[in-house]
Amino acid sequence: MTERLRVHVDPDKCQGHARCKALAPELFELDEYGNAHEAGDGTVPPGLEDKAWLAKSNCPEIAIDVIEE
Amino acid sequence: MSDVSPPAAHPPVTDWVNDFDHTDPQWTEDPFPIWEELRAASPVVHTERFLGCYMPTTYEAVREIANDTEHFSSRRIIVRDVRPEITSRNAAPPITSDPPAHKPAKQLLLPPFTPDAMKKLEPRMRAICNELIDGFIADGKVDAAARYSKYIPVRAIAHMLGIPESDSDLFIKWIHMILELGIKDESKLLQAVQEMSAYFGAHIEARKDKPTDDLISYLMNARDKAGKPLEESHVLGSLRLLLIAGIDTTWSAIGSSLWHLARTPVDRERLIAEPEMMPTAVEELLRAFSPVTMAREVVKETTISGCPVKAGNMVLLSFPAANRDPKMFPDADKVVIDRRENRHAAFGLGIHRCVGSNLARMEMQVALEEWLKRIPDFRLDPAGTVTWSQGTVRGPRQLPFLLGKAM
Repeated sequence: MTERLRVHVDPDKCQGHARCKALAPELFELDEYGNAHEAGDGTVPPGLEDKAWLAKSNCPEIAIDVIEE
Repeated sequence: MSDVSPPAAHPPVTDWVNDFDHTDPQWTEDPFPIWEELRAASPVVHTERFLGCYMPTTYEAVREIANDTEHFSSRRIIVRDVRPEITSRNAAPPITSDPPAHKPAKQLLLPPFTPDAMKKLEPRMRAICNELIDGFIADGKVDAAARYSKYIPVRAIAHMLGIPESDSDLFIKWIHMILELGIKDESKLLQAVQEMSAYFGAHIEARKDKPTDDLISYLMNARDKAGKPLEESHVLGSLRLLLIAGIDTTWSAIGSSLWHLARTPVDRERLIAEPEMMPTAVEELLRAFSPVTMAREVVKETTISGCPVKAGNMVLLSFPAANRDPKMFPDADKVVIDRRENRHAAFGLGIHRCVGSNLARMEMQVALEEWLKRIPDFRLDPAGTVTWSQGTVRGPRQLPFLLGKAM
């Protein structure tokens, strides 16, 4: 069974700490103000699952969801 | 400094839970056991000092208050003996702004401080660190607070603002007057604000004819949503904020980190052997030795973690104490340099997240990397004394080290 992960940043909660971008640069992007959003549709490529969970568990604003699909 | 009149004396604290005082020498020296005692007593404690002030003691209570801009205003952000009148002359948007004025003022300052913008500054920072180390490495000993950690953020922010790095000592004087002496002596605070406004006023005037590629010109050229330039008082307030907030905060964080590494050879050795671990270690050092305590003013009665909170009181918003809450961080009282999960609040939580967090992180990382490259072995000088700053920003102000391997 292959389980796919997707990340999502809640734009109302994100305050631009940019921890996700530092820990998982492949999965997140920053806008001109330094606030984060998921790269593309947030699908986590195989092998980067650990980084997705790491980004979630280091977000001070609890703004990141990791969705198991 | 010799020209300073003695501050108003505070009686020593004998009952921390009901009469806390963050300017007490015991707090300055070693606040960690005090926070533990307060946390064990209640998620929110109160003191009659400072004309009435609460302190949330848990991570959760700190988060609740930081996210509640309806009941807690940022119009006063330092807990002092007095409550100076709020005017546009001493406001420093966006840190002293509440919604809805906060967002546009904050958005204005964010673009120059993104991680990408900081990468461009990094080479200059590495050069500054090495110039500073060149100045003392041959001596075999150094006060690392006075000769290293202090000058890194001063020069970085001077560089960004476009003001002479050689004016560093002037900036440090103002910051001391505002953040330390100003807690108990309002005249020092007002004098420093006036001097800074005059200083920046002259720099603004000079740029009216000759714009430059720096933060002062950036703010002068900024336009609000209606296309209007900012009021000069807004520009001055933001410039004062960048200078104050950018200096003794990071000075403290770098100093505390070096203090820890001087006493912990095993962490030093690990960072030298595994340099890729530095960013993770920086986060843990930020958690364990968070320098910045902010404040709020209660403007509407409410309840925090079950405790009633009344209007008219100040709130000592201690991110450093939140970061030591064992409910949030396992082994909260230990420095675990490879800590994987770390939602620390060193840069605040909610809308007032520190604008300079990416700058501070870059400075800390570069300062520690360059130091360890050139000075892999160092220790506290037993002949000297480590002293800590008092009040709102905590970090070592004297940090005597012996450099090189112990004989």
